[in-house]
Amino acid sequence: MAATEAILTMENIDKTFPGVHALDHVHFDVRSGEVHALMGENGAGKSTLMKVLTGIYSKDSGTITYEGKEVEYHNTREAQDAGIVIVHQELNMVGDLTVAQNIFIGREFMKGFRIDDKKMIEESRKLFEELKIDINPRDKMSDLTVGKQQMCEIAKAISHQAKVIIFDEPSAALTEKEIEDLFLIIRDLRAKGLAIVYISHRMDEIKVITDRVTVMRDGGYVGTLITKDCTKDDIINMMVGRVIYEEPKTESHVPKDAPVVLKVEHLNAGRMVQDVSFELRKGEILGFSGLMGAGRTETARALFGADPKTGGDIYVNGEKVTINSPQDAVKHGIGYLSEDRKRFGIVVQKTITENSTLASMENYMNGPFIDKAAEKEVTEKYIKELSTKTPGADQLVVNLSGGNQQKVVIAKWLVRNCDILIFDEPTRGIDVGAKNEIYKLMNRLTAEGKSIIMISSEMTEILRMSDRIVIMCEGKKTGELDISEATQEKIMTKATRDIS
Amino acid sequence: MTKKKSILADQRVIVCLVIAALVIIYFIFSPEFRQYSSILSMLDFSYYDILMAIGVTFPLITAGVDLSIGTGMVCYALIAGRLIRDFNLPVVLAMLLCVLMGCVVGFANGFLIGVMNLPPFLATLCTCMITRGIGSMIMATPWPTNKQPGGWFHSIFKLTFGTGRSATKIPIGFVLVVLLVILMEFVLNHTKFGRYTIAIGSNKEAVILSGINVKFYHVMAYVICGCFAGLAAVAYAAVVPTIQPGTGAGLELDAIGGVFVGGVSARGGYGSVLGTLAGVMVIVLLKTGLPYVGLQANWQQIITGMVLIGAVMIDVAKRRRMAKEQ
Repeated sequence: MAATEAILTMENIDKTFPGVHALDHVHFDVRSGEVHALMGENGAGKSTLMKVLTGIYSKDSGTITYEGKEVEYHNTREAQDAGIVIVHQELNMVGDLTVAQNIFIGREFMKGFRIDDKKMIEESRKLFEELKIDINPRDKMSDLTVGKQQMCEIAKAISHQAKVIIFDEPSAALTEKEIEDLFLIIRDLRAKGLAIVYISHRMDEIKVITDRVTVMRDGGYVGTLITKDCTKDDIINMMVGRVIYEEPKTESHVPKDAPVVLKVEHLNAGRMVQDVSFELRKGEILGFSGLMGAGRTETARALFGADPKTGGDIYVNGEKVTINSPQDAVKHGIGYLSEDRKRFGIVVQKTITENSTLASMENYMNGPFIDKAAEKEVTEKYIKELSTKTPGADQLVVNLSGGNQQKVVIAKWLVRNCDILIFDEPTRGIDVGAKNEIYKLMNRLTAEGKSIIMISSEMTEILRMSDRIVIMCEGKKTGELDISEATQEKIMTKATRDIS
Repeated sequence: MTKKKSILADQRVIVCLVIAALVIIYFIFSPEFRQYSSILSMLDFSYYDILMAIGVTFPLITAGVDLSIGTGMVCYALIAGRLIRDFNLPVVLAMLLCVLMGCVVGFANGFLIGVMNLPPFLATLCTCMITRGIGSMIMATPWPTNKQPGGWFHSIFKLTFGTGRSATKIPIGFVLVVLLVILMEFVLNHTKFGRYTIAIGSNKEAVILSGINVKFYHVMAYVICGCFAGLAAVAYAAVVPTIQPGTGAGLELDAIGGVFVGGVSARGGYGSVLGTLAGVMVIVLLKTGLPYVGLQANWQQIITGMVLIGAVMIDVAKRRRMAKEQ
């Protein structure tokens, strides 16, 4: 493979934003017929590099050589036309249009003045056949699962006659099964001679799917490795300069006689939550495992009162409680950290202080007025305790990294003195270093007597953090395992029980 | 953060510069404008705009809008005027009634939007039509004029403190309006209601999931807006000679435009009442000032439109810069 010429070479790419040296003479190349991973913590410059490549940003210096010629694109359209396409982490699909309409958006086939929908559907069908994907081009985009939407995005990329496809964290929102499908497609594309750039945080995937790995750190180029010749730790060391992986939990840290703080019986809420019962004990991390669409988030939202319930009883500290709204849940000391921080968790354009006290304003009032001094004091206390990296309490949350934003949400519930915390995908979109900090924090919280429900799609996370694991599949609870007996295989079997 | 603040301050500074520039231009080119009485009469016609604008700042910050304040204002003034003339309602009660009616319509708007989840544009368009319809049914009813019994309420908005030469007189209305601006600015920044109003505009879902009674605060934003539309009704009755039934549509647009000029984000989540005051003053200066320099009133609309584009572009540029920094 080393013999093949690189189809795309980026050399000495330099880019400075006001106050930030975003790319410092970075080198990157990718060959036809290889999958090349681009890794680094959030803010390492991966996305910036790809944005320079596809013309979203212009470079300050350096050269890009594509198919033997020096090129410079001024926008994504030009890059696309040349055959360089990005499959974005956040899908750029119009939910209300059909699959076919989405794939050919901006370059619709015309029949006179009329859009030729028939031809678009036909062409989409051909694309899907080529990729061996089972999607009906007439379906509305918003009706598809995230995984299927991603497949459409790939199909769209390929329909551009792409020679280089860049996957920007494609697996972030996918289930294990969908990731497997994605890998089949990627291998297929590789076999067809396409050059693939694969950006991801997930170490396991890198080992499975990529041929080479280039690591970036703080806008600089660290090095390139042949994937099969290196270990996870090699890569992680390059990324953060320290070894940080921790072993999975082998046994529960919860004493046998720990009291039950939350008991949920026969919870029902539509198709996605059917007769779900479980118990959460003091100081426990209860992992919720399952595939995307198994109903875990829906269970949490119903429990929290964010979505209406159709039945079921909830007991907090042995007492039966009524939870019909998030307000009720918070009153009973339950806090919810959403999987989608930006949409549900934080008010990004506001300061850390405003976010931290959002759920407990009434404790920071002086008569009818907000006691800003007290507010600031408690915020600073939690900034210190959670070691949130920020220049100050009045920093806008939008300027924090994903991990630090998550800490602000945690602070919000700690300020509210919540004893039961529901972490929904606590480390999604958070880089390796910060992930570890969140894990440590969760362990510390449980050691202090808080109880945590952790919903996670990452098997390693489930096995590493949970004391007990509830497995769900298609809206039903299909199993419960103590950590001492849990294995990936056992969990997977239960998570896919009803899927043929 | 310090950088952010300077940008936000910029827009208000820019608006103040625009005000200063307009005043200077008028001063240079119009001898009439230099008379204190001209300034007073200009201020007279600014009060109802400012009051409406203070109110509508709140829905706009929640990323909503209230289109019913213009027709609402006229409708309340008509009803109260009719009651004064034909039923001998004391003027003070009539004024309270205006505010009350404003709150009721505001509550209706808030209920439709915050509880029934109607889009704000649609919900308030409906109440706009309804209040205009009700307003049309009332006969033209002048409130008592200054010299008639009960005409004292004009004093609040039209008379001035102080005696002697006119230059030492301070318009009471302006003092009152400025006090209300300061009060509401304080409410916006230092109370739960204000904080939640801003948070709702910034990310409603996150506020709901923080266990806050979002419906209540969302409705309250519209009640406050309606309340100020009621106050505006009194100010309007105080300065116009007669209130025509079925009018008022379009008056809200001056107020809403002023709020945007004053720096409230077109997508909600940021704003200040002080900015609103400055923004409305620009609109008022354009509306009542251009004739002094010999420009037809038509030009006012055109220039106002352009100023608004400028203001919104500042907001857009600000967002773009923020997105880039991220």
